[in-house]
Amino acid sequence: MSILVLADLHEDQLTGATAHVVAAAQLIQNNTGGNIDVLVAGEGIQAAAEAAAKLDGVTKVRLADNAVYANQLAEPLGALLVELANDYTHVLASTTTTGKNVLPRLAALKDVSQLSDIIAVDSADTFKRPIYAGNAIATVKSGDALKVITVRSTGFEAVGANGSASVETVDTVVGNRQSSFVKAELAQSDRPELSAAKVVISGGRGMGSGENFKLLNGIADKLGAAIGASRAAVDAGFVPNDMQVGQTGKIVAPDLYIAVGISGAIQHLAGMKDSKVIVAVNKDDEAPIFQVADYGLVGDLFEILPELELRL
Amino acid sequence: MKILVAVKRVIDYNVKIRVKADYSDVDLSNVKMAMNPFCEIAVEEAVRLKEKGVATEVVAVSVGPKAAQEQLRTALALGADRAIHIETNERAESLAVAKLLAKVVDEEHPGLVILGKQAIDTDNNQTGQMLAALTNLPQGTFASEVTVDGDKVNVTREIDGGLQTIALTLPAIVTTDLRLNEPRYAKLPDIMKAKKKPMSVKTPADYGVEMASKVSLLKVESPTERKGGIKVASVDELIDKLKNEAKVL
Repeated sequence: MSILVLADLHEDQLTGATAHVVAAAQLIQNNTGGNIDVLVAGEGIQAAAEAAAKLDGVTKVRLADNAVYANQLAEPLGALLVELANDYTHVLASTTTTGKNVLPRLAALKDVSQLSDIIAVDSADTFKRPIYAGNAIATVKSGDALKVITVRSTGFEAVGANGSASVETVDTVVGNRQSSFVKAELAQSDRPELSAAKVVISGGRGMGSGENFKLLNGIADKLGAAIGASRAAVDAGFVPNDMQVGQTGKIVAPDLYIAVGISGAIQHLAGMKDSKVIVAVNKDDEAPIFQVADYGLVGDLFEILPELELRL
Repeated sequence: MKILVAVKRVIDYNVKIRVKADYSDVDLSNVKMAMNPFCEIAVEEAVRLKEKGVATEVVAVSVGPKAAQEQLRTALALGADRAIHIETNERAESLAVAKLLAKVVDEEHPGLVILGKQAIDTDNNQTGQMLAALTNLPQGTFASEVTVDGDKVNVTREIDGGLQTIALTLPAIVTTDLRLNEPRYAKLPDIMKAKKKPMSVKTPADYGVEMASKVSLLKVESPTERKGGIKVASVDELIDKLKNEAKVL
């Protein structure tokens, strides 16, 4: 009755998401007992394995370090999980682009359903997950022998990093003749990662242009904030898609979320309504965003943003 | 090359959903339904590949109730050549849909299968990946660019923190992200023409696929509503509230 967590990596480093998934695994373990193992797969990922070994509650880290696992390609990672899954009753990953890419392959090859994006653990087989962009919460029970689950980070408080689990090498090497890595274009930024930031400031269609997003930079610098965007701003071509907060983008729940020039479509609210404090700046005092904002400021963002930056 | 494109009938994305009084599910009676937005992008991409001469035929397939034929007719109006409707009134879980699509792939031998990355009702984001695993074909998920090049396809994927481009052997499975294209609107003459395009109707039993799943839906409830707060009059008041009331600065 043990649980396997697939570690989430970004540029070969462990991302913050994994500590949230281990927290969800602990809630399952409270019902089932057994171990929590973390699989770190990739190439040149010793540092990530060591970081995973420090996560509280982890029994052991299983390290699969081989060129075939480089760049987290779905086919080899899925095949590796299929090999390892026999030792476990639950396999968990974060609802990041890697977890979403790989885990359904495991589920299909084991002929079980997957439970996507859980936000609560009711028991070892019953979980809560948002559906319809978070406008309904489903309680689902899985009767499958193997539970394959992706975990929404914001649903679970991250575990600490005071542990010292052992690291064991996995020798399984799978083949892959179907997919190959060509290139990655990753945004280089000194700002915190969107889904891990304590403060997020997002712009919407009201920003008017990609150039105007620079108005958010000074405020983000002063608050140590990540910068996000609504789908409307992404669709309009102002900013890249990886900045999107919402149903089909990132789900965030920072201490402070500042929505600027965002009307508040349900798809956007789905991505940020669990933030502790929400501030909305919009010139339309009827904008739906004000129905969820703790503090609303009606006015011209091109006047308000420079003033806000100055006063912070 | 033949392209298979999967479409799903879902609640229209503008509709505000209601939970049933007995908490058994979301109430879909008398609600406007539409093609899942990511499936529209999938159809558009398939049609563009045909217009470019890369594809020779576009086949649309949908698993769902009889009414899903409306969405297949939409796909035909947008440029698909023929449609396959696999009719079922049961709750169609991702795994069962992937198994049905895998059977269709076996029959049709498409060079490319294009699906939406997720449906906006269940928000599962599973079917394309499951189909790839079941057919033992490579997958390019969350695509923002698809370029067929000889016996390979290059897929640029929207990943956390940026973009990743991978090369896949054909046949391959692709799932669409938002920025792949902007779907066209169907023109009236095309809607008329679509009514005459061929549609075959099958059942899961025809393919020997069991729709039942081991996952049961115990309860569906509304999320806790967030209460609106107050309007502040100035930047100064906002900063004061954030510092002294909310204590987040």
